[in-house]
Amino acid sequence: MNQSKAIEVKSVSKYFGAYQALKSVSFNIGSNEFFTMLGPSGCGKTTLLRMLAGFESPNSGSILLNGSEVVAIPPHKRRVNTVFQSYALFPHMTLEQNVAYGLENLGWDRARIRNRVGEMLERVHMSQMAKRKPAQLSGGQRQRIALARALAPEPEVLLLDEPLSALDLKLRQAMRDELRTLQRDTGITFVFVTHDQEEALDMSDRIAVLGGGEVQQIGTPTEIYEEPVNRFVADFVGETNFLDVDVVETAAGQATIRTPFGVALTVPATGHAAKGRATLSVRPEKINLGDQAQGVVFEGRITNKNYMGGYTHYTLDVAGTELRASRRNASREGDTIPLGATVPVGFVAGSARVLAA
Amino acid sequence: MTDSVLHVAAEADRVPRVRFWHDLSFWGLLPSRLLMGFALILPIFIIAAVSVATRGAHGGFAWDFNLAGYRQILFNEGWTGELEFTPQYLLIIVRTFLLAGATTLICLLFAVPVAYFISRQPPGRKAALVYLVTLPFWASMILRVYAWMIILGKDGTLPRLLEYLGFPAGTSFMFNDGATLTAMVYTAMPLMVLPVFASIEKLDGTLIEASHDLYGSRWVTLRRVILPLTAPGIVAGAILVFVPSLGAVLEPSLMGGGKQMMMGTLIQLQFGGGRNWPFGAAIAMTLMALVMIVLIFTALRAARREVAL
Repeated sequence: MNQSKAIEVKSVSKYFGAYQALKSVSFNIGSNEFFTMLGPSGCGKTTLLRMLAGFESPNSGSILLNGSEVVAIPPHKRRVNTVFQSYALFPHMTLEQNVAYGLENLGWDRARIRNRVGEMLERVHMSQMAKRKPAQLSGGQRQRIALARALAPEPEVLLLDEPLSALDLKLRQAMRDELRTLQRDTGITFVFVTHDQEEALDMSDRIAVLGGGEVQQIGTPTEIYEEPVNRFVADFVGETNFLDVDVVETAAGQATIRTPFGVALTVPATGHAAKGRATLSVRPEKINLGDQAQGVVFEGRITNKNYMGGYTHYTLDVAGTELRASRRNASREGDTIPLGATVPVGFVAGSARVLAA
Repeated sequence: MTDSVLHVAAEADRVPRVRFWHDLSFWGLLPSRLLMGFALILPIFIIAAVSVATRGAHGGFAWDFNLAGYRQILFNEGWTGELEFTPQYLLIIVRTFLLAGATTLICLLFAVPVAYFISRQPPGRKAALVYLVTLPFWASMILRVYAWMIILGKDGTLPRLLEYLGFPAGTSFMFNDGATLTAMVYTAMPLMVLPVFASIEKLDGTLIEASHDLYGSRWVTLRRVILPLTAPGIVAGAILVFVPSLGAVLEPSLMGGGKQMMMGTLIQLQFGGGRNWPFGAAIAMTLMALVMIVLIFTALRAARREVAL
């Protein structure tokens, strides 16, 4: 990853009336990075994206694009393009004209525009439909044209506002791969907004988890998933079990805790962990059952199970605490633990994490 | 077997003849048919008939077929019956079209930004602004024109303001085409703002954002995105303004001083002081024919657009 910064967001705040949508948010986005802003609706991610595009301006703070302040610069003078959630293709123009629109406004000459439009339509596999109107396209095809239109002017940054949310599941998966490939090929910085954690984990170089108008955590997908810094991140990204625990001793990045079912163990902790009440987060797939149980082992009773094909999700009762575990059905006989059975339950201490309560 | 089937079919073919007065919808639609017949179609036929009648000696007309009304639009009949081409009425027709066209253009120039501005307001203010646009309709048309006479006339608001600012005193802006046009634009403006507003309101705001995002300035966005997508509203507004403007009577007679005539005032004059009903009717029919041509032309263009989309 290139170290130079494509975007610097510095203490940006935004109010809508009395409601504070963004609370002094700061972060940097590197050049050539696939950066995702992930969060529930109302977390401020779309507001941030609109600020990068120039459709909103912050009440305070500054936004730098490749080192220069852009807050006062109108959208049509920013070398930034957007793929809109609704695609926003111009209905009265052909696909060709849609893709050429930005290039014409930039004052490219005709021959260059024709070449670039051809190239972009080729790239998104839509060359045969150049003369059609957007109304004649399927959702996936509109998506491709929106991408081609936004990428054609070679922007410094491409903004994507939940572009996959309107597509069906299969198409969404294909488009994820396509987006990732496009980003690698073009080397353009992508800023992707989504509420879908799977999309974020799948595509991003780095993810910023936003919640309540603040950046909760920024990190690689692995860091976000495996080392969440707080309860919000652990809960929003992926499934997890929260256990109330007592921290009895802390060391650098470690905490010795007592679990509700009596076992004492030493696990990785976030910086803020102090002695006293805390939350332990254990992902369901980190919990092993039956003969696979290892690490800290105790006993639990299966109270519910959901067979998902590739996986089976179990709900366990461990000394009055409910735990969820998932197990990959590695063989045809994978799903063998019957409902109501009492089985050994275990997890490796290093795969759990203590969060500030 | 076959016979009986054919027989039944033949029987079914013989649809019982319903007399039209047995049909309930006939009676239901009767009031509107009578209204259309007496208030719209009959007067047009009367005017068409009068236009080909003979001028009465003291006003009115006599039922003798005569094309003198139409001939008079282009030719002057001398004492000895020779025809001499006179462009004076043709010039009035041209003037009328120019003034109505100018009214339409000026209304459009003001209405598009106004409608755009209103459409971008929060809902409550939007409703209030739309109400304000329609507000002049609540006052009588003649009052509205008189209001402009008070503003532009001798010792009026505008001349006094200019005098106060150091311009020579006693200027009047009345009794010229500019004054007529001002009043025409003013009275027609809501008819343009409302349909344009309706179509801009329907316009997806993200398309405007997309245009800005793709380096389109405000002007480019207006020309390449907003105008093409709001064209139906603009065409509707233009027709609503242009067609009544062709028949304007009050504005040219009050604001223009009545000397510079438009087709409306010319028609009024022929039925009034001119006492030449057939000529007045002939001009009215000509005006109607010209309006029809304009409407058919725009309808054809709209149909072509539809196909293109």
